[in-house]
Amino acid sequence: MSTVSPLLFLILIPLVAAVLVMLGGKSRTVSLFASASNLILLLVLATKFRPSEAGFQFVSSFPVVPQLGINFILGADGLSFVMLFLSTAVTLAAVAVARPPVENDRWFYISLLMISAGVIGAFASVDVFLFYMFHELALIPTFLLIGIWGSGDRQAAAWKATIYLATGSFVLLLGLIGLYLLQPLGDRSFDLRHIIQLAETGLIPDNPIVYLLLLFGFGTLVSLFPFHTWAPQAYASAPAPAAMLHAGVLKKFGLYGLIRICAPVFPESIQALLPLLLVLIVGNILYVGYVTIAQRKLDTMLGYSSVMHMGYIFLGFAALNVVSLTGASLMLLSHGLTVALLFALCGEIRERTGTLEFSELGGIARATPRLGLAFGFAAMASVGLPGFIGFASELMVFFGAFVGQPTEMRGQTAAAAEVFRFNSIQIVTICAVWGIVISAIYMLRAYRKIFMGPLPERWSRLPDLAGLPRVAVVLLIGVMLFYGFFPQLLVNLVTPALLQP
Amino acid sequence: MSTQTAPWIILFSPLAAAVLIFLIGRFSKTLSAGLAILSAATGCFLSWWLFRQTEVAPQLSLEWLNFGPELTITIGITLDHLSKVMLLVVTTISTLVFIYSTGYMRDEEGYTRFFAGLSLFLFSMLGIVLADNFVMMFIFWELVGVSSYILIGHYYSKDSAADAGKQAFIVNRIGDFGFMLGILLLWSATGTVAFSGLLSAIPGFEGAPVYLTVACVLVFMGTVGKSAQMPLHVWLPNSMEGPTPVSSLLHAATMVAAGVYMLARIFPILEVVPDAREIIAWVGGITCFCAALMATQQNDIKRILAYSTISQLGYMVLGIGVAPTSSEAMFHLFTHACFKCLLFLAAGSVMIAMHHETDMWHMGGLRKKTPVTMICFIAGMLALSGCPFTSGYFSKDLIIEWAVLKIPFLGWLAAAAAGLTAFYIFREFFVVFFGKARSEHAEHAHEQPVSMLVPMLILAVPALFAGLPMIQEHFFTLSHPDAHAVPHLLHPFLYAMFFGGAGLAALLYFKAEKDPVSIPLFANRLYIDDVYFWFVNKIQGGGSIVLSWADRWVVDLVIVQVPSKLTWACGFALRFLQIGSIQAYAFFFGAGVVGLLYIMLSK
Repeated sequence: MSTVSPLLFLILIPLVAAVLVMLGGKSRTVSLFASASNLILLLVLATKFRPSEAGFQFVSSFPVVPQLGINFILGADGLSFVMLFLSTAVTLAAVAVARPPVENDRWFYISLLMISAGVIGAFASVDVFLFYMFHELALIPTFLLIGIWGSGDRQAAAWKATIYLATGSFVLLLGLIGLYLLQPLGDRSFDLRHIIQLAETGLIPDNPIVYLLLLFGFGTLVSLFPFHTWAPQAYASAPAPAAMLHAGVLKKFGLYGLIRICAPVFPESIQALLPLLLVLIVGNILYVGYVTIAQRKLDTMLGYSSVMHMGYIFLGFAALNVVSLTGASLMLLSHGLTVALLFALCGEIRERTGTLEFSELGGIARATPRLGLAFGFAAMASVGLPGFIGFASELMVFFGAFVGQPTEMRGQTAAAAEVFRFNSIQIVTICAVWGIVISAIYMLRAYRKIFMGPLPERWSRLPDLAGLPRVAVVLLIGVMLFYGFFPQLLVNLVTPALLQP
Repeated sequence: MSTQTAPWIILFSPLAAAVLIFLIGRFSKTLSAGLAILSAATGCFLSWWLFRQTEVAPQLSLEWLNFGPELTITIGITLDHLSKVMLLVVTTISTLVFIYSTGYMRDEEGYTRFFAGLSLFLFSMLGIVLADNFVMMFIFWELVGVSSYILIGHYYSKDSAADAGKQAFIVNRIGDFGFMLGILLLWSATGTVAFSGLLSAIPGFEGAPVYLTVACVLVFMGTVGKSAQMPLHVWLPNSMEGPTPVSSLLHAATMVAAGVYMLARIFPILEVVPDAREIIAWVGGITCFCAALMATQQNDIKRILAYSTISQLGYMVLGIGVAPTSSEAMFHLFTHACFKCLLFLAAGSVMIAMHHETDMWHMGGLRKKTPVTMICFIAGMLALSGCPFTSGYFSKDLIIEWAVLKIPFLGWLAAAAAGLTAFYIFREFFVVFFGKARSEHAEHAHEQPVSMLVPMLILAVPALFAGLPMIQEHFFTLSHPDAHAVPHLLHPFLYAMFFGGAGLAALLYFKAEKDPVSIPLFANRLYIDDVYFWFVNKIQGGGSIVLSWADRWVVDLVIVQVPSKLTWACGFALRFLQIGSIQAYAFFFGAGVVGLLYIMLSK
């Protein structure tokens, strides 16, 4: 068919690197080299990308099971590019901060590279089935990383995550099959472009059951309340690079899927079932937010906080207008970078002190000023301080969600102004804005407990952040600041991909 | 230099200074202080220059976010009389405090970090002053919050400083919660966040009046947080944990006044929402009285001034609520910035002389040891307490006059607060500078270097004289109430309050060895802090622990124990994990990779 998409190389590089490591290459060097060249390749591709054109670019297609309409289609639009950037950047950072035990570090790096290949493949897929398969490819090494190289009660955590995520994946698969079956006989395909085209012409019925399957399938993968309890435990046990890759990138798969597939295909079902989703969002933001406040350990606190932040993205999705969806998409990136940075620093702290209990830590900014500064940046990015990309995306979600769904955009709010009654999504937005207080409470408390206060004697000789981890941390912060100052660059990239119907 | 570029230079030179200090400041203390002072002085010079320009070119604005007509957010400049006056206040006082800081911080650790923080603060503050829309103001609003957090926590190894910074940030965020909602409400009613757009859209607004009232009160919540009005005032006294120049610049003269400035900026909107203004007036009036009560029983020289700041901010907020224009509140903001900044600088000078002792009962007799400091303190004190013909006398009395006309109860309350003001500040004065030295340090106290004294002496001039009619008319167009309408009793009452308060303080404290008065209710700050402490620890903390427990044991259980739906999943997972050897995993990986390669390469 067509020429080979350059996106294929993004997937192949980590895979080839994994093979090389397996064959006995120097695992750390090979992994670093592969993930760095992947990021560079992506940036080169980005310069060739034409954001003004709608639709996917760099498309290549190979039939896999043509009878079923399954094809190996790669391609990228603005939204995928943002996600690919996130994937490659976080992979590089994760490899840079990785410190596996020496005896079997080979398999550790192979697992990281496999996750990387999986997420890149998922975000570069245009075929929905392929998209699903790549996600599964990335999940398995994640479980292994938690179960084998994790800390604490790692077996139980890996188990729980497996049960939840496998269930979620299964429900998702049912939903995707449903989506396939909704298409008219003889014209069925897993090609996303085909599906959206059919939906636009009204040939796919707006079926609420399929939507629910997709919502809960994708939702469980993103720790939608109340299917979130696996996440804090898994992230607490996972080694830092695994937590970075999963919480930062892989988990975004579910929301990406919702924005990509459900938003254009099931707008009416989303509208009809909005109350249910809104209740769950309040659960994600307020309930989980207060649970986060109660945590006494940095790793579980970060795990819960990442669950909480998913609520904002769900809210952006639920409101279904350009502003809110753009905000949600940008938050995929901003949260991914922030949480990756936080987990990286969390790993650095654990590496040095062996504990993450707030009660045992304190004052270590004096011993490790760079680590303290970096964590300060990360905490501020996480609470949505202006200047970081997180603020811009939160702001878009708030503004977008407050006007509600597009059909009623101005009319509804004008009506609200006349009789002064908020509709349900506005009330949920108000709850979400209260989230900025909640996140400030737990983040600043963590910073206070770990880095500020008098320095106990036993932590006075901790080594400071140095070497590659330091470079990775600086780069992550730099990216967050850059897009925080110039969010419009991302908006221009993402909006054309969202403006389908 | 044009009136178009000058504001941008004023705004961004402190940011440039902050970044430079952050990057290269560690090489030289002098360099970091120099960069900070240079940027502030540039801003100061340009602000005065701008102030004298009568013609102002149309201002630029840069696009930050653009979704078309529904939502466009810019970073742009407003340059009108209001922002010009505020620019003068902020840059001039910043320059003086920066210079003072070189003396105050000379032996302190984190010298460069301190100046980077100050420069960041100045940038954020100028952003608020120059903002041409609500979102931009909110952005810089949050940034002053974080610079305040950094500066309060300067001595971060001290538990109290670390806690104070955290508390300040969180309490401000509670105010910001309302502020953000208010912006959302105003935006969804008018479709714009730009001040110019709002000002033209709101007067013709045809919705429910209660909608606008709610929106304005929510926006006002931002002021309640930032300007430490009751009930969100608790963070300000604790913020005194920061170095004294920070208390002086941020927590007295400029940052806390940002809330008042914001109200002045949206005053044309408030004018059409009388209910909101009444609420604002009540909050301000009650704050100014209660904070003055609390100040009368504090013993820490900086905390007395902190409660005094809350009280004076209350006057300004009251002024927004009752006066016919925003100039009256801004006038008090202007004079207060001068005299309160001066008082803090003097207090800092005393503290350095006392080796960082802040309990005034360990001082005493400092009038001979630090005479210049005392003179400066007196200048600030007279202005604060409303001594006739000092700056505070003109600005405070004007607000009280309007308040008595509009809401008599609040007016008389504010007048009574003026008496308390005279009392608490004279109390501090007598205890610190008179009597006998009550400690070792007090006996060996010494005067401070020129770098600290000069800024104080410069500030003493406007503190005393800025209120004089021939000076104030250059800055403000004030409206005075009709002389016949004001109750005849008011002015004699105010004189009585000043002399009564000062006299009573002299009587009780002139030679006091320890506090002859003890009112636990005031000393314990009306127990408001304790209520918060109880709420945060017991209600919020307890509640979240219960939720956390439920999350661990109930939610999980309910979800997992829906077995009919999950049996298959367990089986699936079991099969997957129980193979359990690394070779098996390796086999799966290998198989997967090979399979994928096969798929990719076979067309």
